[in-house]
Amino acid sequence: MIRSLPNGRPYIWSFNLFVLLYFVFLFAPLVVTCVLAFNNSDFPSLPWHGFSLDWFLSPGPDRVGVFHDSQNLRAIVTSVETAVCVSALSVLVGTCASFLFEQEEFRFKGALYMLMLAPLVIPGVILGISQLLAANSVGAFLEDTVGWDVEWLRPSFWLVVIGQFSFIATFVTLVVSARLRKFDRSLEEAALNLGANRFEVIRYITLPFLRPAIVGAAAVSFLMSFENFNTTLFLVGSEPTLPINLYLQVRDGSTPVINSISFLLIVGTSILVLFNVYLGRKDGER
Amino acid sequence: MSASGMKQSRLAFWLFLAPVLGWLLLLIVLPHLDMLYMSLRSGSFSHPGWTLTNYQAFFEEPIYWLTFARTAGYAVITTAITLVLGLPVAFYIAKVVRPGLSGALMVLLLLPFWVSELVRVYGWMILLRESGVINFFLLRLGIIDTPIEMLYNDATMIMGLVYTSMLFMVVPLVSVMESLDDSLVEAAYDLGASRLCIWRTIIIPHSKPGITSGCIVVFMLSLGNYLTPNLMGGKNSLWFTEQIYNQFIASFNWNQGSAFGFLLLALSSVIVWAGLKLTRQKLGEVAS
Amino acid sequence: MEAMTNDLSLRSLTKRFGDFVAVDDISLDVPTGSFFSILGPSGCGKTTLLRMVAGFEEPTSGTISIRGRDMANVLPNERPVNLVFQHLALFPMMTVAENIAFGLRRRGVRKDESRTRAEAMLERVGLPGYGDKRIAQLSGGQRQRVAIARCLVLEPSVLLLDEPLGALDLKLREQMKVELKKLQAKVGTTFIYITHDQSEALVMSDRVAVMNRGRFEQVGTPQELYGQPATPFVARFVGDNNAWAGTVESAADGEVVLRTDEGFVFRARGMEGCGAGSRVNLYLRPEAMRLDPKDTSNLNMFRVTLKAILFDGANSRLLTVTEQGHELLVRLPQNRTFDNLEPGREFAVGWNPSSGICFVEDGADCRGLDGEDA
Repeated sequence: MIRSLPNGRPYIWSFNLFVLLYFVFLFAPLVVTCVLAFNNSDFPSLPWHGFSLDWFLSPGPDRVGVFHDSQNLRAIVTSVETAVCVSALSVLVGTCASFLFEQEEFRFKGALYMLMLAPLVIPGVILGISQLLAANSVGAFLEDTVGWDVEWLRPSFWLVVIGQFSFIATFVTLVVSARLRKFDRSLEEAALNLGANRFEVIRYITLPFLRPAIVGAAAVSFLMSFENFNTTLFLVGSEPTLPINLYLQVRDGSTPVINSISFLLIVGTSILVLFNVYLGRKDGER
Repeated sequence: MSASGMKQSRLAFWLFLAPVLGWLLLLIVLPHLDMLYMSLRSGSFSHPGWTLTNYQAFFEEPIYWLTFARTAGYAVITTAITLVLGLPVAFYIAKVVRPGLSGALMVLLLLPFWVSELVRVYGWMILLRESGVINFFLLRLGIIDTPIEMLYNDATMIMGLVYTSMLFMVVPLVSVMESLDDSLVEAAYDLGASRLCIWRTIIIPHSKPGITSGCIVVFMLSLGNYLTPNLMGGKNSLWFTEQIYNQFIASFNWNQGSAFGFLLLALSSVIVWAGLKLTRQKLGEVAS
Repeated sequence: MEAMTNDLSLRSLTKRFGDFVAVDDISLDVPTGSFFSILGPSGCGKTTLLRMVAGFEEPTSGTISIRGRDMANVLPNERPVNLVFQHLALFPMMTVAENIAFGLRRRGVRKDESRTRAEAMLERVGLPGYGDKRIAQLSGGQRQRVAIARCLVLEPSVLLLDEPLGALDLKLREQMKVELKKLQAKVGTTFIYITHDQSEALVMSDRVAVMNRGRFEQVGTPQELYGQPATPFVARFVGDNNAWAGTVESAADGEVVLRTDEGFVFRARGMEGCGAGSRVNLYLRPEAMRLDPKDTSNLNMFRVTLKAILFDGANSRLLTVTEQGHELLVRLPQNRTFDNLEPGREFAVGWNPSSGICFVEDGADCRGLDGEDA
């Protein structure tokens, strides 16, 4: 049954097999995608024609490798810029929210907390269209009343940032709050007692304590933003993010360059995830 | 914080409150009120004003409400399959495998889900399509003579949805099962309970919070998914999010799209609310 | 004039939480440079009292002044008091030296200057060269000293200590008691020490206040509390005591003759209100009883049977029982005359009337042998 109880061999082996199959199911599409990125073929499919780096390095004109594919490269840059902005904004506001909900008492706190959780149960598509509508309404309002034509209230880079931020901040709040809840409030009192004011307490005591959670939340925000599709779909303007750009390519028929981009994404993501896990371990040792 | 500590932190309080209020009011409350407003406005320029026609259209046009019902039904099926698959996997990681290995398995489990959903769906596409890897092997092995199109049907789409949302079931299940005290299972075993009985009386009741939060999230994600049904399902827009997309981007009928969006939001809220009520939990507990 | 010699003065200090009165009209003066303890069971209000002095709680009424300066509306980070927390609250994200320098830096002392002063302070508490260690690398006793050093480096008027020895194991606690007392004598800062452990309070303090239900029962030197408890609570709480319930037969000049409920007739000291006919409790220390005394003149005498030997080195006691089944603790004399005792043996017990104290019955159950946690 569990580790400490005697288990029959068939039980253990069938369980092992089940979990093995599960992991095969989990990794099969990724592994196949990565492998086919190196196939010397014009199509992302078997048979295997030999190893090739064409879909990474070839400058064209027949095969354009990802490092020469300006459109995809631009999408990657856009995605990175978006993710950096979103995670910075989310960490800032999410940390404020954690302090607000964990350390302050005020009326309507419960209601505001529920509102903070709302993005968890709002489908991403809905979040996208509602942001689009609101931005459009506000833009129209500003143009009608003040005569301003606010560029970024139309589908654009900043609208994507705002849309993604609106739900990623909730995840940051939850991660940082969980750590803040473990914080020993007597450390704050000790710091006050030693002459620190409220901001010095936060600066020297609370924030250093929260740092692992904040760094972890930033990494998670980055990934969430980088891979977001549903919300971004409605808000994206003339500069598509990578998932949007890939979607357009996949829909219109695929070339192995998508595989090579996927390979880079998988490797990059793995590094970020392992880095996050390493941080978590270090945090656990404290 | 004590009374005199409070006095000093008024400034801090406002500094914390301002950005949070800005976020929640401007980016969550306002847009959804706007969506509700839009859904109740007429789209035609000749007769502007309040109207229920957008909702009427939904009920009168079978393609709309059938898609809606189909989406909800398939989301439920997806959730059920995910749960059935997720329970043993989570149990294996939390309680069966060596403790040293369970951390590594957890990382392996997480890894695919941080890769963009698009990459994962694309992986399935090159595996399953007519010229795909699986067909290639089946032909080579002589199991089939002509390639089979395995994409673009409901079963594949559901498999894709299960794959996409698996993580959000397994992770809460693992964490809730890790909190189960081994000695409870040992005690039940010692008192003569069978495996099935232990699952029924100890493990499942203990895992309830994890099951609830896993199911809610998976249901939500499936309901609101666009990519997987669009790329792996049939070509004829039979997922409700696709209808919303069509209204917004193709037909440019924002009022109709808002009504659809609001209906989807209402459905997901009702299901989440009902799930919480049935299991007597609070959203706050499930989220943390 | 009086205020100048007192580091801390409380006047009618009261703290209510809703209907509950945590601290009830307490007045107190703590002279400069003394080691003052507040002793009481958990929940008696001592921590609330301390937190009011530190500024973490606001008094409902009454005043707190430190070196003659009124503390009303003075924020906790501006008070000339420092607090050693129950669980020390050392900052885990900083080194030892950074912990100690934290308060100095907040006062605007330059970095190298505060580092030097932190090192000097570490030397004073017997941890030279520990500055670069992390908190997690220290032992329990070392953490204790760092927590105290962190406060003392700020040269506070008053150092508050909130049961800081509670988390240590017994052996280390005994050792730290002596160290704390020596340290206080060396630095001369006023210490206000809160504890529920009577031995900590008695060993270290110049004066002790015994606190119960938000009030001070008695304030005095350890000797006074032990020898002349002012209330039955103090008699039960400070040190071990045997107790009898009984009725006063006659009273004169502070001495009473009482008949215990088992029928013994004893002479003892009577406190206020112990008139003839009143119900009283008689308290008698284990060391007041002599086993098989040779000279029985002027002693109260009765017989007991040995039930068990509670061996504890120099603090060994005998659990004895009277014919009526009343259990009594008697200290085992250290002169080896009673080396080979066997349960069942009978003794004559004698005690001097001046060492037994009678209080009017206060409703508390006094039949327990141990007064602690009353």
